[in-house]
Amino acid sequence: MKTKTFAIGGIHVDKHKISSQSAIQELALPEMVYIPVKQHIGAPAKIVVKVGDRVKVGTLLAEADGVLSASVYASVSGQVMKIEEVNSGQGYLETVITVKREGDEFEESMDLSDEIVREIPDNKEELLKIIRSAGIVGMGGAGFPTPVKTNIPEGKSVDTLIINGIECEPYLTADSRLMEEKAEQIVIGTRILNKILGIQHAIIAIDENKPQAIARLQEITKRYVGVNVQSCKSIYPQGGEKQLINTITGREVPSGKLPLDAHCVVQNVATVYAIYEAVQKRIPLFRRVLTLSGNADLTPSNYLVRIGTPISFILHENQVNMDNVGKVIAGGPMMGQAIAALEAPVTKTTSGITVLSAETADKPETSACIRCGKCVDACPMGLMPLNIRAAVEENDIAILKSLHVQDCILCGSCSYVCPAKIPLLDYCKIGKYELGRQQKAK
Amino acid sequence: MYKISTSPHMNSQQTTQTIMRDVIVALTPAMLVSLFMFGIQALIVLATSVASCVFFEYFFARRLKLKNTTSDLSAVVTGVLLALNLPATMPIWMTVIGAFMAIVVAKMAFGGIGKNIFNPALVGRVFLFISFPVQMTTWITPRFMDFFNIDATTAATPLNILKHLGAGEQLTTGYWDLFIGNIGGSMGETSVLAILLGLFWLLKQKIITWHIPVFYLGSFAVCMFLSEIVTGAPRFDVLAHLLSGGLMLGAVFMATDYTTSPMTKKGKIIFAVGCGVLTYIIRVFGSYPEGVSFAILIMNAFVPLIDKYCHQYVYGTGRK
Repeated sequence: MKTKTFAIGGIHVDKHKISSQSAIQELALPEMVYIPVKQHIGAPAKIVVKVGDRVKVGTLLAEADGVLSASVYASVSGQVMKIEEVNSGQGYLETVITVKREGDEFEESMDLSDEIVREIPDNKEELLKIIRSAGIVGMGGAGFPTPVKTNIPEGKSVDTLIINGIECEPYLTADSRLMEEKAEQIVIGTRILNKILGIQHAIIAIDENKPQAIARLQEITKRYVGVNVQSCKSIYPQGGEKQLINTITGREVPSGKLPLDAHCVVQNVATVYAIYEAVQKRIPLFRRVLTLSGNADLTPSNYLVRIGTPISFILHENQVNMDNVGKVIAGGPMMGQAIAALEAPVTKTTSGITVLSAETADKPETSACIRCGKCVDACPMGLMPLNIRAAVEENDIAILKSLHVQDCILCGSCSYVCPAKIPLLDYCKIGKYELGRQQKAK
Repeated sequence: MYKISTSPHMNSQQTTQTIMRDVIVALTPAMLVSLFMFGIQALIVLATSVASCVFFEYFFARRLKLKNTTSDLSAVVTGVLLALNLPATMPIWMTVIGAFMAIVVAKMAFGGIGKNIFNPALVGRVFLFISFPVQMTTWITPRFMDFFNIDATTAATPLNILKHLGAGEQLTTGYWDLFIGNIGGSMGETSVLAILLGLFWLLKQKIITWHIPVFYLGSFAVCMFLSEIVTGAPRFDVLAHLLSGGLMLGAVFMATDYTTSPMTKKGKIIFAVGCGVLTYIIRVFGSYPEGVSFAILIMNAFVPLIDKYCHQYVYGTGRK
């Protein structure tokens, strides 16, 4: 198979996939889970339980509020202890439902057996309804409600379905393990999406550095006509939606538009697996696979974790040596967010936890820009980060606009390659924010 | 308490210092050839130039209470490049003046590393060339491994011979001597072989891309070739011109300087072709036999303009 890649920029980062050989294991259950009502892009879900209510695993806690929203389910059985606004790990106030665990009791509707269900319901509306009510959102990180992404509005057409199994963030291996261990379920999930979209074909894109996952899925897809595996060059950010569309189809998503405008739908493999569980097994989204890894003193692992589990609990279960921990990141080291409070819970979009040692936690000291142009060569969107930095420092909105700062995908390639260690991504973020604010004001 | 910061939480290992270190490694073959060919005098020029460049940068920063940036090694690179652009017989005090012009006037006065418009080493060289034309064009015949070759005979450079070559005459120096550097000239420009070794290292370490050297040499060669075809005169010998003078050193080490060359590939190509054509014009129509320094300095001045108009293609904006 010929390996494909995207046309503009990209960088080589050290992969550090040290957890790639450890099988997915179920993590022990915490005493308390903290479930935010907004784990997605859009409106917070409307709470349907009250303090004191008894819940089971899979009991609806909060219902999607409108189209751009997603329902939230209980991930443990027990009692609702608190519903309150707390400071999230990222510094915002968010409404969190606290459930104290008692035992591990499931709603009866769920089919928790290992048996693979292959027969897919035929009704497209019915399928969409199940996905909507299961609270499924893009689990690769963005958290965009999946039903919205797969429901094609009038006048738009889709001809390509891409399943994103790239996982280009260093350290993270959750998607890779999922593809190896749940290959057929992912292919069935892909078939469900095919049915909803009304197209016959799908491409599962996998990074060339995951030969086991590629082999496994190639094996399975022999039995599923129309689903094909495509090996993609191991380059960052291959898993970026816009980059992957370019890799697979050669097309580009027009500036400021959606993948739909390039006639593509892209779904992450974890999302596709959740779709399989929702449709075929009646299991709403209450758990996910994540990687715990990093260069701190820990055992690199892939866990099946209940949503709402405090990150501190996972670190404790793994017996991470906390003495030498400098930074804990929700997600990978390139785009993940550093967490201030370790009690912060795992959400639908937490694909991993990267723990960095104290020696590597500090940002390097910056020096003067030498105009080497490495940021320009690295940017996968064709932007010029050093010029964006200059425009931000001058607060020149007109120039920021002409530099297309709003097209930045926040991948951080520019900051990564900069030999002067200038935080170019920070400037791009400020530029995006300032430009957006000015345009809103008009 | 754990650290929080914005992403990314990883950075490449490359720093300004490692880049400059790679450039110094790339310059090592040329330095060694200059020592083997011109002996102890070359060593004196090299040491003087590097020491004065570092000293001037350190002293300037100290006087103006700026951060001391000498550890980024950029002043060392400037010092080596300046020395390699001088004849081995250069008096010490003149070398010091060249270093002063390069570091204090061309670099620090503009705001230090990354802010200069003109290539510092070339500013130093051109200042010396205009101020001390006799010393700057006194070449000694190289003598391999003769370290105390201090009173060797003065030799004319191949470019000088080429410039005044009449009809029917021929350059007596062979291409092989031009290639390995068995000729008179500035310390580091004589051996094309040593410079190509340096180019190989720069490309391998991804310090530079091939665009500037290839388009510089290519556009220059095309101009010379057309002249050779049209006139048939031996003074337009393309290969001899490519192998002579400061062209290789300029195309590989001077025109590729990050700060004073354009940002985008398109810009780099425009810049390099400009350098090539200007070098040709000066060598053929100018009063000097050599035009590399002037060509690059003139094109340096155009870099802000080139960067203003040469943008990258932005994803999703529609290729025309």
